[in-house]
Amino acid sequence: MAERFKIAIVGSGPGGLSAAARAAERGESHVLLEAEPHLSNTIFRYQKGKFVMDEPGILPLRAPVPFKAGSREAILDGWDEAAKRLKINVRHKHEVSAIKQASGGGFELKCGNGQTITADFVVMGIGLQGNIRKLGCPGEDLPCVQYQLDDPDEYSGETIVVVGAGDAAIENAVALARQNNVVIVNRKDEFARAKKGNEQAILKAIEDGRIECYYNSAPERVDALSVGRKKGRMILNTANGKAQILIDRVIARLGATAPRAFVEGCGVTFPSKDPAAVPAISAQYESNVKGLYIVGALGGYPLIKQAMNQGYEVIEYILGHKVEPADEPLLKARFAKMPGFRTVDEALARIQKNVRLLAAITPLQLREFMLDSDIRTPKPGETIFSRNDYTNTFFSIVEGEVQVVVDEAANKRIALRRGEFFGEMSLISGRRRSATVLAGANCVLIETPRRSMNRLIASVEAIKRAIDEVFILRVLQSRFAPEASADQLADVVAAARLERFKAGDVLFNEGEVGDCLHLVRVGSLTISRNIGGKDVVLSYVPAGNYVGEMALMGESRRSATARAAIASETVRLDGESFKKLVNRIPVLRLRLQSEYRQRTAANLAMQALPSGGDVISFLLAQGAGEATDILLIDESLCVRCDNCEKACAETHGGTSRLDREAGPTFASVHVPTSCRHCEHPHCMKDCPPDAIHRAPNGEVFIADNCIGCGNCERNCPYGVIHMAYKPPKKPGLIQWLLLGRGSGPGEAPYDSHEHAAGEIKKAVKCDMCKDLSGGPACVRSCPTGAAIRISPEEFPAYAQSRR
Amino acid sequence: MHDSILTYARSRYLWIASALSAASLIAYNLYDPGGPPNGGTWLGYTLGTIGALLIVWLMLFGMRKRRYGSHTGTLRGWLSAHIYLGTSLILIVLLHAGFQFGWNIHTFAFVLMLFVIFSGFFGVYVYLRYPNLMTRNRESATRDAMLDEVAEIDQNALALADGIDPKIHAIVLRSIQNTRLGGGVWTQLRAHDGSDIALDSLHAAMAERDKRADMKTTEMPTMFAMVDFLAGRATDKQGEAMRALIDLISRKKGLATKVARDIQYQAMMEIWLYIHVPLSFALLAALIAHIVSSFFYW
Repeated sequence: MAERFKIAIVGSGPGGLSAAARAAERGESHVLLEAEPHLSNTIFRYQKGKFVMDEPGILPLRAPVPFKAGSREAILDGWDEAAKRLKINVRHKHEVSAIKQASGGGFELKCGNGQTITADFVVMGIGLQGNIRKLGCPGEDLPCVQYQLDDPDEYSGETIVVVGAGDAAIENAVALARQNNVVIVNRKDEFARAKKGNEQAILKAIEDGRIECYYNSAPERVDALSVGRKKGRMILNTANGKAQILIDRVIARLGATAPRAFVEGCGVTFPSKDPAAVPAISAQYESNVKGLYIVGALGGYPLIKQAMNQGYEVIEYILGHKVEPADEPLLKARFAKMPGFRTVDEALARIQKNVRLLAAITPLQLREFMLDSDIRTPKPGETIFSRNDYTNTFFSIVEGEVQVVVDEAANKRIALRRGEFFGEMSLISGRRRSATVLAGANCVLIETPRRSMNRLIASVEAIKRAIDEVFILRVLQSRFAPEASADQLADVVAAARLERFKAGDVLFNEGEVGDCLHLVRVGSLTISRNIGGKDVVLSYVPAGNYVGEMALMGESRRSATARAAIASETVRLDGESFKKLVNRIPVLRLRLQSEYRQRTAANLAMQALPSGGDVISFLLAQGAGEATDILLIDESLCVRCDNCEKACAETHGGTSRLDREAGPTFASVHVPTSCRHCEHPHCMKDCPPDAIHRAPNGEVFIADNCIGCGNCERNCPYGVIHMAYKPPKKPGLIQWLLLGRGSGPGEAPYDSHEHAAGEIKKAVKCDMCKDLSGGPACVRSCPTGAAIRISPEEFPAYAQSRR
Repeated sequence: MHDSILTYARSRYLWIASALSAASLIAYNLYDPGGPPNGGTWLGYTLGTIGALLIVWLMLFGMRKRRYGSHTGTLRGWLSAHIYLGTSLILIVLLHAGFQFGWNIHTFAFVLMLFVIFSGFFGVYVYLRYPNLMTRNRESATRDAMLDEVAEIDQNALALADGIDPKIHAIVLRSIQNTRLGGGVWTQLRAHDGSDIALDSLHAAMAERDKRADMKTTEMPTMFAMVDFLAGRATDKQGEAMRALIDLISRKKGLATKVARDIQYQAMMEIWLYIHVPLSFALLAALIAHIVSSFFYW
């Protein structure tokens, strides 16, 4: 007979633990099921001594379990103590393998150890880390097999087999190889999944013989040995048959299994196929399965404190109590500016009623959305953003109207009214604002930051579709025919499609018959021609521009090849309907023709250069295609004085964000290791406290609320972010000169390795000296003019200047 | 876009310096002091003041260079102006002095100034020439990468030598210990790493062996020992390892030469400042002495 509880909580992470603690406090019948022999496995697996932050700081904690920023150990100890004190009914080693709705109501939870538990309600707090993927062969649970490595320096003189080909496996293998005999086992024949730096490191280590590698191999068995010097033996299935290795230790870094399959197996549905999508849940955290609640990262709330608050609230909801959500006072403050504000619920309802775009999202998503967003009530005539600003927030109009300045010279404006939205172009393309927007009368706007908007777009299909449709219409209007009405463009819009290309994909080839035109929406393209058997790059097409009109304008064949310089998205406009549009709007034809003439002239000029396109090709090969601003050094001018690095360090609290010497060189053009301020910054992708922002002039910078997690450092493909302690403050010039205190101007700090206890390393990167009035210090302090910063749009002109 | 310090802003400062020089020349030719032209005349004072201010301003370059957050123009503009206006100083000071020289503090200051300016000319020369040489020499590698490779080759060579003969091992080890890159000023400037000996031309070395036996260079013993070994007692397999070893060592030689040259270029781009800057301070002192003595000991 299965044990029966009122509430079963799956997973003892912050959310689950807090829920169990609240249930215990309330004296409810409950059980906390945890697969591991300890609580909160994700945090348990953090590296020893890791400093855990308690973002968002403004949110109050309302769990019966303590939590404040501190070391991993302090937090885990606090939780263990609270679990004992509150007498939480925790069952370790109970890995839940299936949750089914029982016939007589409630749920039946099957555990991996054969036990079955029934409960009226289930709270799922399993996070997104899922379960660590094991070796999947006999012996995977032997003591000599481990799935994590805290400190590689703990081991020396051992024979260690590292299984896996990802970053974790490579980092472990390379670190262990310093003191141990390391063998790495790779299922595939290459390390393509890893970051470039790691891939190079492992290949070099293998080539040098420091690490032995078995490619195309999989573990078959691990045996413990009781005799001999080695603890165990591992049998591998290799391409050439079986291999046996005597081992001290196996470290498997095979990632974690995504919990999606398991969650879907419980009957919970996901709103989209996007891997980033999370299940839709109600304001009470209930999923589409009645009685099954989801808290924490799995529900889309990755921060520890949020999850803990949800754990508390979910128990209250299950018990039928009404809780004012923890964010209620925050939302109240947000809405206070809104004219006619009475209650939060009423304001939320008003927003959903007025803004069609937001009508489809769940109340919980809306709360979250509003917590991230700002309510703005600009005065009539106030500028909301200006053309060519680099901001990328998204605006929805709750009340009133705004004026979009379509044509500055002619003072032509379009009004957008209640319910409409704007700012989507920069959000999607990552480029500058395409028009100035001014506030109209009684204007109430919601301004949403890029990250929250992107998260919403990724999880709600309807929002993505609505935004895409409007995007296509507006981009047609702004790029081709500001005078055309939506009706006139309807045909073209209906025939337009969004297409995606990987870096290097061909949109169309030289000589093909052209039947369409591509408007670049995300990313950028190169235009090249095959001249004398060699691909010669003629121009670079950034987002917001179009290609392929030449073939539609007269010549029927493509005069050049268009290729995606980086991962790109285009709006493909159908040739027939576009031709009709051109015929209907004569001024459009003239406009296209004049642009066509300019381009042909520019292409001819490039073609005439002996190796003009080579520099562009080189730069694009360095990933410069996704840059908005890149530092280039002319090595024929650079006197290697490192004044650029010194200036960077001096103007940024002592740490240089630029490595002049590192980086590739072609024809004296050197691309140093320095931030390029990408259109869609890779570093922004996964920043837990959302500390990375883009300033109005395009600078991507890291704010002070960085928690030092290192995600951005790992995500940056160009290696321009690193983690550093704040160096000690430098003395003034006089103090240094006369008293010899500290280091002088341009000198590195003497004791850069010393730092205050409790201080953490934070991410540092180039901010293009956004706070200096003169512009980037590296460029301004170069004595010979070798350092310049340019944007990809300037590449053709730059290539021509270097003939 | 990229352009050199000489052509910065369409050589704006060349024109300014030329205009200043031309104006001084014209004034010098038009003005009749009623005696031999010298620093004590109305024009002499004017030119002297201009010259002294220029010297002070030129020396402020060192401060501007270290004011990393400064927004008074770019450092490149400052350097361009520094070069052209510094050059025009020669003419202005000559006119100021009315071409009078003597064994006194005044001429001493003038000579110091010329040393400073001409060391600056040398600086301009190396700034224009050496970056290209350095880029070409490096072939896209960084110095650290080259040094790493040298260290790696050393390790491999040792391992290889170990398998041949203890004596060879000892010789290779000694040769590694004797390889020195960088060092004192003179070593850096000479780009010396023993690369005057061509390891790959074994026969030539053998022929020359007797002639140069008394020369004490770091690499000679290694090579001759190996030549001896090759010619004499080596078995086939050892001979093969020997050849591999020689290949390795010649590769290392090439790299070491490159690194030494890289260091040399860098040293050339820095060394002149050790003359230019101290002398300019000496000049400043001499200038003050010149001014004070001019006024007090009229």
